[in-house]
Amino acid sequence: MVIPSRWLDSIKAWILPGTINNSGASLFSIPAAWNPAFRAAVFIACLIPFLVLVNAVASNSLGPDPAEHLMHVTGEWVMRFLVLVLLATPLARYGWLRLVRYRRMLGLFVWFYATLHLLVFAQVFIGWSGEQLIEELAERPYVLVGFLAWVILVPLGVTSAQAIRRKMGRHWRTLHKLIYVVAVLGWLHLLWLSRSDVGDAVVYGLIIATLLVYRVRHVLVNASAKAS
Amino acid sequence: MPVKPWTAFPQIASSEITPESVWLNRRSLMKAAAAGAGLATAGETVAESKPTLELDYAPAEDGTAFKAAEMLTPYDAATSYNNFYEFGTDKADPARYADTMTTDPWEIKVGGLVNKPGKLHLEDILTGFDLEERIYRFRCVEAWSMVVPWIGFPLSALLERFEPKAEGKFVEFKTLYRRGEMRGTRSFTSVIDWPYREGLRMDEAMNPLTLMTVGLYGKTLPNQSGAPLRLITPWKYGFKNIKSIVEINVTDRQPRTSWQDLAPQEYGFYANVNPEVNHPRWSQGWERRLPSSLFNPNRIRTQMFNGYSEQVAGLYKGMDLARYY
Repeated sequence: MVIPSRWLDSIKAWILPGTINNSGASLFSIPAAWNPAFRAAVFIACLIPFLVLVNAVASNSLGPDPAEHLMHVTGEWVMRFLVLVLLATPLARYGWLRLVRYRRMLGLFVWFYATLHLLVFAQVFIGWSGEQLIEELAERPYVLVGFLAWVILVPLGVTSAQAIRRKMGRHWRTLHKLIYVVAVLGWLHLLWLSRSDVGDAVVYGLIIATLLVYRVRHVLVNASAKAS
Repeated sequence: MPVKPWTAFPQIASSEITPESVWLNRRSLMKAAAAGAGLATAGETVAESKPTLELDYAPAEDGTAFKAAEMLTPYDAATSYNNFYEFGTDKADPARYADTMTTDPWEIKVGGLVNKPGKLHLEDILTGFDLEERIYRFRCVEAWSMVVPWIGFPLSALLERFEPKAEGKFVEFKTLYRRGEMRGTRSFTSVIDWPYREGLRMDEAMNPLTLMTVGLYGKTLPNQSGAPLRLITPWKYGFKNIKSIVEINVTDRQPRTSWQDLAPQEYGFYANVNPEVNHPRWSQGWERRLPSSLFNPNRIRTQMFNGYSEQVAGLYKGMDLARYY
């Protein structure tokens, strides 16, 4: 039975990571020849939320106050792509390598939607006023953490090119660990701006906490394995 | 308690106002266009699904604070973009879900420190008072604003019927709380302690600007706008304007209000529109006058007391408005 044995492997991988070999064919494996087409499909899928927004703005169908909706939707997609990026490694350890193959693309979409989020803020909330930006950053911690998260994404995005990555060697990995900081700042941003309903912040908090705890646990398990 | 005599309002230029025929025309044109293209926004379809009745009322007097000389926010915008958390926290939720609320029959209990406690029924509020139109600016604490032609009667006229006692210093209001008809009150992540409660100081309640509102745009209020009876205090942030009122009490101490209970550092009892006192999470110096769009956000500066200083500033003489926000 293929499925139960994969489940067993998954359980084993969770308890004893690093002891199973994931190189075998996965349930979800796709012929290698399909990869370029699949990559293009993933790219288009990631762009769909943006295209939907462009269409809505162009057809003026966002209601009388699109400011909040535009901020909300772009912000939500930042969080969703962040979760996908953070999911890639754990899923790869369980044998599903598909997501990790597109991690760079997904990471760039985090940056893309975060940039849109910032542009909408500049356009509808502060009217491109530097003075108002400074006031916002100085007086509103949630704006500050959100802005910081975007600032951190800039070097991550810039260094995502393959050539730069090669040049940077092991420093690249260290730098890109900052995505964990982005995730925590993004979550704080979401938490601090919620009003009476903290549902979203709780859901993302649980997901992100689980994914970060997974990393910490992995590091600890590896360290103890090395020590013994 | 002494009630200030009503003083005449200063003249306001009416050159900027859009004639009714213009926006009516624009609206019917837009509707025709939408119908032709087989499109209709949620707001339009829902607003039409529950019939609103035409009201008999006296128009607002030109050149007074009762008639803001500014472009009106279209009916569809005013009735499709609402905060009414009893039906959900999304601005479109009230237009989508408020139809589930039964507004007929309706009963409003008036009590507390009054000589004649009693009840008002739907018929009493629609026909028992002289209705007037008031075109007011409406400024939400979330930094968006509208201009709406409300229809109602002064709160003072209602209170006088029940004869507030001299020791009555405040007025407390409560919204209907009916879980079965209000899906937002059943959300387990919502932290509001229902029913929604608001309050005014007695002199604020007796101010002629303070309107018990039964309609807008010539018709009774649709449910999402707080049918059948809501409060409008145009110099205060929108959340003070409690909707679908079922209880009014005169009290001798400052009533607890829902938003103050929830986040006292963000929402005060007074909630006067004040560009000098920012909300902790955003600036109150500016507002988006709706309808707004991405390429034309329509940002304008917010005015002190929402532009009603002349009528209400006296109520707060000597008060530190940064402390009593």
